[in-house]
Amino acid sequence: MYRGKAAELLAGIPAGARVRVCRRGRCYEGILMPRSELGDDRHVVIKLDSGYNIGVEVSDASVEMLEPPRVPSAAEAVQRGGAGRVVSILGTGGTIASRVDYATGAVHPVYTAGELLAAYPELAELAELRAKVVFSILSENMTPEHWRKLALEVAEELNSGAEGVVVTHGTDTMSFTASALAFMLKGLTKPVVLVGAQRSSDRPSSDAYLNLRSAIMVALSDLAEVVVVMHANLSDGLCAVHRATKVRKMHSTRRDAFRSINAHPLGYVGGRVELSEERRRRSRGEVVADTRLEERVALFKAYPGVSPELLEYCVDRCRGIVIEGTGMGHVPESLHPAIARALEEGVAVVMTTTTLNGRVDMKVYSSGRKLLSMGVIPGEDMLPEVAYVKLMHVLAVAEGMQEVRRLMLTSLAGEITPRTLPEVF
Amino acid sequence: MLRVGFEIHQQLDTRKLFCNCSSELCDSYGMSVRRQLRAARSELGEVDRAALQEERRARWYEYQVPPRSACLVELDEEPPHEVNMEAVEIALQVALLLNAQPVDEIHFMRKIVVDGSNTSGFQRTAVVALDGYIDTASGRVGIATVCLEEEAARKVAENAETVTYRLDRLGIPLIEISTTPDITSPGQAREVAQKIGEVLRATGRVKRGIGTIRQDINVSIEGGARVEIKGVQELSLIPKIIEQEVKRQRWLIQVSEELKSRGVAAEELRTEAVEVSGVFTSTRSKLVAGALERGEVVAALRLPGFAGLLGGERGLRLGAELAQHVRIKSGLGGIFHSDELPAYGISREEVEKVRAVLGAGERDAFVLLVGEKSRVQVAAEAVVERARQAIYGVPEETRAALEDGTTRYMRPLPGAARMYPETDIPPVGVSPALLARLKAELPELYEQKVLRFVRSYGLSRELAEQVVRRADAELFEQAVALGAEPKLVASTLTSTLTELRRDGCDVEQLSRERLMEVFSAVAEGRITKESLPEVLQALCSPEVELEQVLEKLGGRVSEEQIAELAREVIASRAELVRERGEAAAKPLMGVMMSRLGGRAEGRVVMRVLTEELRRFLEG
Ligand SMILES: [Zn+2]
Repeated sequence: MYRGKAAELLAGIPAGARVRVCRRGRCYEGILMPRSELGDDRHVVIKLDSGYNIGVEVSDASVEMLEPPRVPSAAEAVQRGGAGRVVSILGTGGTIASRVDYATGAVHPVYTAGELLAAYPELAELAELRAKVVFSILSENMTPEHWRKLALEVAEELNSGAEGVVVTHGTDTMSFTASALAFMLKGLTKPVVLVGAQRSSDRPSSDAYLNLRSAIMVALSDLAEVVVVMHANLSDGLCAVHRATKVRKMHSTRRDAFRSINAHPLGYVGGRVELSEERRRRSRGEVVADTRLEERVALFKAYPGVSPELLEYCVDRCRGIVIEGTGMGHVPESLHPAIARALEEGVAVVMTTTTLNGRVDMKVYSSGRKLLSMGVIPGEDMLPEVAYVKLMHVLAVAEGMQEVRRLMLTSLAGEITPRTLPEVF
Repeated sequence: MLRVGFEIHQQLDTRKLFCNCSSELCDSYGMSVRRQLRAARSELGEVDRAALQEERRARWYEYQVPPRSACLVELDEEPPHEVNMEAVEIALQVALLLNAQPVDEIHFMRKIVVDGSNTSGFQRTAVVALDGYIDTASGRVGIATVCLEEEAARKVAENAETVTYRLDRLGIPLIEISTTPDITSPGQAREVAQKIGEVLRATGRVKRGIGTIRQDINVSIEGGARVEIKGVQELSLIPKIIEQEVKRQRWLIQVSEELKSRGVAAEELRTEAVEVSGVFTSTRSKLVAGALERGEVVAALRLPGFAGLLGGERGLRLGAELAQHVRIKSGLGGIFHSDELPAYGISREEVEKVRAVLGAGERDAFVLLVGEKSRVQVAAEAVVERARQAIYGVPEETRAALEDGTTRYMRPLPGAARMYPETDIPPVGVSPALLARLKAELPELYEQKVLRFVRSYGLSRELAEQVVRRADAELFEQAVALGAEPKLVASTLTSTLTELRRDGCDVEQLSRERLMEVFSAVAEGRITKESLPEVLQALCSPEVELEQVLEKLGGRVSEEQIAELAREVIASRAELVRERGEAAAKPLMGVMMSRLGGRAEGRVVMRVLTEELRRFLEG
């Protein structure tokens, strides 16, 4: 929005108005555009009739409003999808579909099922869509409280007739939310699919449509797990179905950023859904959301030069700490006293690895053996983020450290794989 | 009244506009990816005709990735980096040279393009300056805008399902200059294109060669329509293309009048094609027989009242226009039409049978469509759509320029560009300080430079023009600054190099550095005017060094010098020569060779000496 000198010049003329701006003998006519928050306060932006925007310096300039902003067109009629099978689409803030107002340049995210079908009419052939916005935040602002709310919403949708639920989500922390749902939804009998887009949905090249279409197909498939469905490679045409507790965003920008770690994807969606025999199949029964989470858990990374005080700080404030250790699960000896204190004081400590790929093994070297003997729980081949979410849930539901240890070493939602096949790396 | 406007697109010779890739075109590529595009629906519910035509075809786009010239940015897998300021500065210089007013702040936009030529589905483009002009012999022509944008990907293959592009060209900075439609004659159009071309080349920072500059021409005549002709690569074709388009529009107006006078109404044209495969069961047309064997069909479509209007001279054939629409919209190879039949193995009898099936009378024409059933129906709709337009006159459309000056249909004229802001790129301020620096550094324009070369270096106007037109005109001044004789340098850069190329020398090997080395030796008197071509010829081999050549030539004496010596020797022994006639050559040869001291080949000396003796005796 305009501020400072630009705001002074505009004197309340709203963005969207048709204006004439004159400066030093030259005049430009067009629509007054909103100013990005990153822009300075010395220019106003005009959309010329050719469609181009230009910035006009405000010093010596004058502005005249020719027409007030036009009223946006009414929302489109709601279309209902066919086929009788209901898929619920829960929005959390990632925009999976957008409309662009080329007159003003505004990009509007799409929220309702009607708008979604207007954007992607082909989806009506797949299922009857039931869309709902649970919350609308950037995925980096997601908190455990959001996970709880979402778990309850998902359970309600599944228990009220949906064949499956699709959760649209920003990609940055999608794998955390996916894990949280996987641990919290007990007795899952239907698919819960998280989906997002790496290229914004206003772009013709967006991956959003294929991802969403594939996600809906997976939501209708013979599956009873929480999964992430995203592009399998740089081409459009194939999506991978990742188990919630084995998936990680491995690239900042590519459309195939999501990869299964220490496991093959559960399946792929091309023309149809193909799933591995290892999956849990669809069945009948109510799903229960057990939303208990102990939030006093930290994710701590070990690296050369790390200050023991940082870990001491965590020990003082947490009931559980997941350490990303080096290699097979080691930390500098300088951290040992803090770890020893944690365990003495009843703080659970779980070891994972910064390599992500592979399993921790703390029996091979003496430093690892030392940690084991102190009581550190080896996190097997769990991803650090997954171990973090799991520890939150386990600390909230388990009675006593023995039970915490037992649950952390048990695969609750496919997060620990007993065998690691060579081809997964 | 004729109205012509231009859009000129010129590639800049810098790295890419939004990433650090090289802008070189590549012969090979590494990986490739396949994509589809879909434009977000506009809030206004407006549908762009050109975009819709592309989307309807639901094609796949394959992108080849040459590692030198494409990265994740070209693949639309990484946001654009900050804009290449070198390109911005060149665009601003061009704008200033065209008397245009730079904007205070440059905003990049996303212009929706869904033909796959941009991986993102839009072209990034920004207005850099507005309201310029150039003066021509027949009046001032306005420059509406100067834009800086990214070049599209290079199409390398295309079939009905997939268009294949290579990403080396995508993202090369491109300056787009649009004139106002003030141009009123083909000759003026040519002058405008030429003048703008001179401005672009004056910057010294534009790419040269085929495909690096493209002109789009908008032509309309009284009673006609605006037709955009894309991709004119040769300046010399411009007047011809405009003349041809005027002719085409006049002809379409005539066709329309004729159809109206025949009372043909648009509603009479029905899109339902009739299958006539049965007529061709034993046809001698290989094309038709082959299609039927593959399980395809032959369908016929009646065009009531169109008899005799489908054929005609090249560029002015309604049949060809129909076929172009069919090709673009349905992917079928083309059509047969009744004005050209019987032919192509299709017999008179078959033609009559088709007429009977269609109930087509003498005033009616028909077309035959051969191919898969689904495509044939799309093709029939394309034929009817174009035929209906013929009743109304000239359709607004985008056409592609062909090498012979004719054009072919490409797509409907795009509606108002669908654009919205490119939020990944911050606006670029054009500060008064930047403009002041660019104004101070403005390159000399063609005409100024030619005049200066004539005045300061004594070149003829023709030679001066030739030098200025070269991409490396500044080399000339550098060489002259070293002390080389201006006319010699100029003629070397223009005619000598051309002659050497014609003789099969690889003059590409004569880099700027090598040429400067040679001119420096010329300035020092180590290379004579006579031996210069020989030196350059030797240097066309990449492994040869200048010093080696000079050594080899040593004090090599030119034929002219040998002849001079011969005349001197003959004159000093005139009596002997008169006495012995041509036989004097033998003793004189000894004298010559000792005087030359091995700096010339005996064979050459003998020939020159003999010639001079003859001349002396005859004179
Ligand atoms: Zn690049």
